[in-house]
Amino acid sequence: MELIRPDFGLLFWMLISFGIVLLILRRFAWGPILNALKTRERTIQERLDVARKAKKELAEIEFGNERIIALAKTERANMLKEAQQTKKQIIEEARQEARQEANKIMEDTNRKIEARKKEAEKEIRDQIAGLSVDIAEKVLKEKLSDDQKQKDYIRNLVNEITIN
Amino acid sequence: MGKNGLHSVLPLLLTAFFFMASGPKAPAHTPAGIKAGVTAQHSGHNEEEKLQPGKIIIDHVVDHYSWHITTIGETEISIPLPVILYSKERGFFFFWSSRFDHGHSSYKGFKIAQKGAQKGSIVEVTDQGEVKEDRPLDFSITKTVAAVFVSLALLLGIFITVARQYKKRTRKPPKGLQSLVEPLILFVRDEIARPSIGEKNYERYTPFLLSVFFFILLNNLLGLIPIFPAGANTTGNISVTMALALFTFIITQVSGKKHYWREIFNPPAVPWWLKIPLPLVPLIEFVGIFTKPFVLMIRLFANISAGHIVALGFFMLIFIFGDMNPMAGYGISVLSLLFTVFLTLLELLVAFIQAYVFTILSALYFGMALGEVE
Repeated sequence: MELIRPDFGLLFWMLISFGIVLLILRRFAWGPILNALKTRERTIQERLDVARKAKKELAEIEFGNERIIALAKTERANMLKEAQQTKKQIIEEARQEARQEANKIMEDTNRKIEARKKEAEKEIRDQIAGLSVDIAEKVLKEKLSDDQKQKDYIRNLVNEITIN
Repeated sequence: MGKNGLHSVLPLLLTAFFFMASGPKAPAHTPAGIKAGVTAQHSGHNEEEKLQPGKIIIDHVVDHYSWHITTIGETEISIPLPVILYSKERGFFFFWSSRFDHGHSSYKGFKIAQKGAQKGSIVEVTDQGEVKEDRPLDFSITKTVAAVFVSLALLLGIFITVARQYKKRTRKPPKGLQSLVEPLILFVRDEIARPSIGEKNYERYTPFLLSVFFFILLNNLLGLIPIFPAGANTTGNISVTMALALFTFIITQVSGKKHYWREIFNPPAVPWWLKIPLPLVPLIEFVGIFTKPFVLMIRLFANISAGHIVALGFFMLIFIFGDMNPMAGYGISVLSLLFTVFLTLLELLVAFIQAYVFTILSALYFGMALGEVE
């Protein structure tokens, strides 16, 4: 057999056998292998995508946390401020109320004092009237000789009493 | 030296390629650099005992009717292979190649031609012992056919096993044999098929490209192993590479779209006077359809054969020098062995490169036929 002379029989067997193997391999080897590779590549791609998405979501969640914290902080500040205000207000109110109460008490006291004073005045007047009568009695009893002198004396007495 | 010889013969190969159907009529040519001996290696013992390195080398590279394993003393150990013949006058014949007694005797009117244009092939002989003009149709399972069967069986075994692993281990990292072949599969798919054929169609052609790639690679590697059942020169056989190139050729023509045929018969970017009175460019393009697979056939065959021939040539130096003086033979053997080792390593590289080149060129031809990739 020659080196460079194609041989019919060999070519025949080669075409048939290689052709058959080509079909078998395509059906039973390359098909499953290439499919599996594709599936695996797709799986890897999917996993990567999922991981990337999860990372993004996590970042978003973290960002959300920060926002919530900031919100909470402002809330707290607001609440503190409000509390401060409320405190002040309460104190103010209490003070005002106390003042009012005090005023009322004072007024009441004043009124009572006034009433007592009046009562006392009335009592004094009554007493003066009684005393006047007594004095008059005494005067009448003791010295009713000189009319003028007696009248002056009485007047003096009354004046004295009134001033007192 | 072997390569130069092959180059001088290339124009003749074209003739051989086209006259295949009517039987090989081209005269047998032996590469100029290698002088074929008059005596065959197997029939040499009763004739002149002179060492003929070229003869021995070619004998190792070409096909045979039996699978010679080794010779111990005077006894040849070889595996007989089935001979299947069809004679136009006498019909079909089946027998073992051992009937020929290594080419020494004829059987049922057939013998292995020892000289002339049909040297090495089975020819039909008349009762008078004259060789008939027409060769019988020879479907024999020769050494190369058997080696092709072995490698195809190996290919099936490997990849069906791997496919089973893939089915079992979907969505899991590769393991064992799987991880050995996966980088190559991905290489063929992503570096050869995808860029050459185009994103749209590459999946349809990937199975063929993978099969061709692994077939060539496996055979190239098996050709480097000198022990039975490896060691046959399959990818360095022109019929084998011709079959592979024919597959590429047929797939290319079948895939050819309108654009592809217009590029051949009416290329748009060519001035009209190169097409109208004399269709010069279309003619060149048309011839190109055939030269492309032809070059595929020659490149693989020549590279692998040349590698084997040169490696054997270095090895033969031992016996050439030993023939002159046994001590010289021993002396040169160290150098010769180093050369052979170096060449075998080089062949290992060539095994990959040639598998790659054949596959990528096939892919490029498919891509051109589809017209998706410029």
